[in-house]
Amino acid sequence: MNFLALLFRNRLAAMGAVVLSLILALVLITPLLPLVDPDVIDTGNRFKRPFTEGALLGTDHLGRDLLSRLLWGTRLSLAVGFAAAVIAAVIGSAVGIVAGYFGGRVDNVIMRVIDMLMAFPYILLALAIVAALGPGLINALIAVAAVNIPFFARNIRGIAVGLAGREFIDAARLAGMGHMRIMLTELLPNVLPVIIIAMSTTVGWMILETAGLSFLGLGSQPPQADLGSMLGEARAALITAPHTSIVPGVMIFLIVMSINLLGDGVRDALDPRLKSGALSRPMARTKVDRKGPIPAGSDALMDIRELETQFHVKKRVYKAVGGVTLSVRPGECLGVIGESGSGKSVTALSVMGLVASPPGVVTGGAVRLNGEDLLDMPFEKLRQARGDKVAYIFQDPLSTLHPLYKVGDQLVEAIRSHHNVSNREARKKALSLLKDVRIPNAESRLDNYPHEMSGGMRQRVSIAMSLANDPEVIIADEPTTALDVTVQAQILALLDDLRRSRGLAIIFITHDFGVVAQLCDRVAVMYAGRIVEEGPTQEVLDAPAHPYTKRLIACVPELGQGRRELAAIPGLPPVVDNLPEGCAFAPRCDKARDECRMGDVALRGGAPRAGAPRAVRCLFPEEEIA
Amino acid sequence: MGSYILKRLVSAIPVLLGITVIVFLIMAMIPGDPATAILGSYATPDNVEKLNRDLGLDKPLVARYFIWLGNMVTGDFGRSFSLNRPVLDEIVERFQATLVLAGTAWVLCAVLGILAGVVSAARQYGFADKAITFTVLVGISIPSFFLGMMMILLFAVNLRWLPVSGMYAIYGGGDLPDLLRHLIMPALALAAVATGVVARLSRSAMLEVLRQDYIRTARAKGVRESRVIMGHALRAAMVSIIPVLGIQAGFVLSGSVFIEIVFQWPGVGRMLVDAILKRDILLVQGGVVFVAACYVLFNIAVDVAQSLLDPRIKT
Repeated sequence: MNFLALLFRNRLAAMGAVVLSLILALVLITPLLPLVDPDVIDTGNRFKRPFTEGALLGTDHLGRDLLSRLLWGTRLSLAVGFAAAVIAAVIGSAVGIVAGYFGGRVDNVIMRVIDMLMAFPYILLALAIVAALGPGLINALIAVAAVNIPFFARNIRGIAVGLAGREFIDAARLAGMGHMRIMLTELLPNVLPVIIIAMSTTVGWMILETAGLSFLGLGSQPPQADLGSMLGEARAALITAPHTSIVPGVMIFLIVMSINLLGDGVRDALDPRLKSGALSRPMARTKVDRKGPIPAGSDALMDIRELETQFHVKKRVYKAVGGVTLSVRPGECLGVIGESGSGKSVTALSVMGLVASPPGVVTGGAVRLNGEDLLDMPFEKLRQARGDKVAYIFQDPLSTLHPLYKVGDQLVEAIRSHHNVSNREARKKALSLLKDVRIPNAESRLDNYPHEMSGGMRQRVSIAMSLANDPEVIIADEPTTALDVTVQAQILALLDDLRRSRGLAIIFITHDFGVVAQLCDRVAVMYAGRIVEEGPTQEVLDAPAHPYTKRLIACVPELGQGRRELAAIPGLPPVVDNLPEGCAFAPRCDKARDECRMGDVALRGGAPRAGAPRAVRCLFPEEEIA
Repeated sequence: MGSYILKRLVSAIPVLLGITVIVFLIMAMIPGDPATAILGSYATPDNVEKLNRDLGLDKPLVARYFIWLGNMVTGDFGRSFSLNRPVLDEIVERFQATLVLAGTAWVLCAVLGILAGVVSAARQYGFADKAITFTVLVGISIPSFFLGMMMILLFAVNLRWLPVSGMYAIYGGGDLPDLLRHLIMPALALAAVATGVVARLSRSAMLEVLRQDYIRTARAKGVRESRVIMGHALRAAMVSIIPVLGIQAGFVLSGSVFIEIVFQWPGVGRMLVDAILKRDILLVQGGVVFVAACYVLFNIAVDVAQSLLDPRIKT
């Protein structure tokens, strides 16, 4: 039901279905229609134009009625096409099931032969078969069916191999069933849907292929006509009487097109990825659609104010970031910490418009760099700022570095996107960058592909790439998560070094308090798209004010601290398309009271100038903050 | 790289042998004996027997296969009785014409198809995307032979822009501009379906690639959008487009049979159809083996191109 609904929501597929059913209905009732005999020759009335008296579509070179020939020809073409599809499906599936079921040598031999048959351009095989059997409609049918057998055999075999190893086949064997019976009663019913789908996508080809052979004069022989031979015969009079060609040609076109439309619809309806609308590509920049007033900025280097980013998936709205305010100064490292799904990565990506859009939309707030709003900056200006003023280091460099470019070229590209320097100079700079991030044998590493490097080396390459243009801000999104502990420590030391020597501002996103403690001056804790606590790292670690922060810290094991209770936080973070009213953490909080579930809880404090560097979003904090 | 090419060439030998076996077996299904077919039904039994002996048809099947194969390896594909000339000479001559036509169509389908796919993906759901999607749908639904006929009607007969058929003008001509004028319509008609298939695949391959993390990285680096699309994304998408280009070469080669008939192009496809209608078996047999072998070798070239493009493939 769901499938049919999906299929018909696709208007084109529905159109294809309607056209195809009309044609099918017409050819089914053809014998009942008051038509002239399609083979009656009347040379006195040859090449009559369409819409003349007594011949709705005109007549052909022998004066035969085109409408009658068209309907009978369509009937024949469809019948032969379907017959070929059924024969190819039956034989091909049988071969595929046998190969998949028996496996081993049988499979090997069969598949070798199939491979060889597939090594032919299809028409050559069909022509060879027709050459051997002689021209004729039945022989053309055999040729077309034979040519399509390998397609079915290969597809069905792929599925049968998977099924043959399953328990229910073993069970049937243990129950003493013969091979034949297992294949017919156990395997066949399971591959039947695939056979049907494969048939529905290939029947169009087969109709076209038989029409083609008839067109060449190798299929149906006169006076019998299918669509192909009608077109083939009409070719001689193409210039003087084009309607004799156009009538059968348009019919073939309509049939093939409606089958294609329907087939596409079936495929789309069956492909779950398309159902969720996931196959849309992100644009060059996140869509910005700010509803409220744009908040004023501060004098910080990077200043994120009341940022709101949402994902609009069909009618659902996921509030991934719900009003986040953060800022960093030169040489400062700000940690942003939270569980997966807390919105920390989306916050980071929103800064330079890198949230995938669709479905992402920035719906409010402002992001300023040196006082300039990045969200409404012209794209070209934003592009120039990307990588030059604000650079990113991403998690998992295997998927974030381009797999087909050498790392040297990727570094060179980062430099040359912003600086008009020669390739040679850029390469020299790339080399010194690799040395800066302490990659051994940097010269030879330039010519490596990402897959030829270890995870730690790749992460160093991404760090080197982020440093390529001496940016003012680096946003590091879990850069050490994919690495083992020793490599992680090296990378963190490296980042700390670079920050001190170059005066970089770093926004460091992580879910690991250990990392924050090592690197960050300040830390902001995120939960369900909002900041719940913020303050100098040491103060927050020593005396967490928000219950969530406290429990998050309690999750971190510490070496040499003796036995300590490691407490996991019960429950899961809320889904951001359906946030509870009040404090989002309340359902998991053991201190929550009724007040917590009523009305918005504001972030209190957070005025570093006024000597109150800490802020917390809690009505009953663990510690009273200054 | 050299050793990889060699390895692929060696691995093609069993496939090529398999092709000869399959063609030979199909031809062995012919009812009656070829001698009667050649000499006609009024031939005397003596003459039939003599010709059978001359053609080596009195020997067992396996022996006949190896004689045929041995001869082919030495370049002797036999003699076409309908044309009264060596089969190989005829095939090579005809195949050049097919190569010009199918080669042009293949290049067209690759260039136009990829371009259309890239534009379509980059402008997903925009006007260009919808226009391309619709054109592609129509393109892949029109049988190439019908499209060719309609093109003749429009561009040659009504508008008189291009010659109706043939490869060169009968009087004069014979130079490159003349060839190109004759080539435009058949090449376009032949390329239509393949272009549609390539465009569709390129679109979905590009959409898939554009969602990858490394595209986000390229954008985060500040790479120009045109380079993100035509460089980073297309390069990665080519990994899935190239194998399809190989498959499409087979379809273009197949389609050229019809197009050669419609446009009176003196290629190997028309030769095969004529040979079948005249029951010139040696010519069919030789032509099929020759073209299939070329196609196998072409696909090896495609694999090599793929390994050059993707360093992750072990060579």
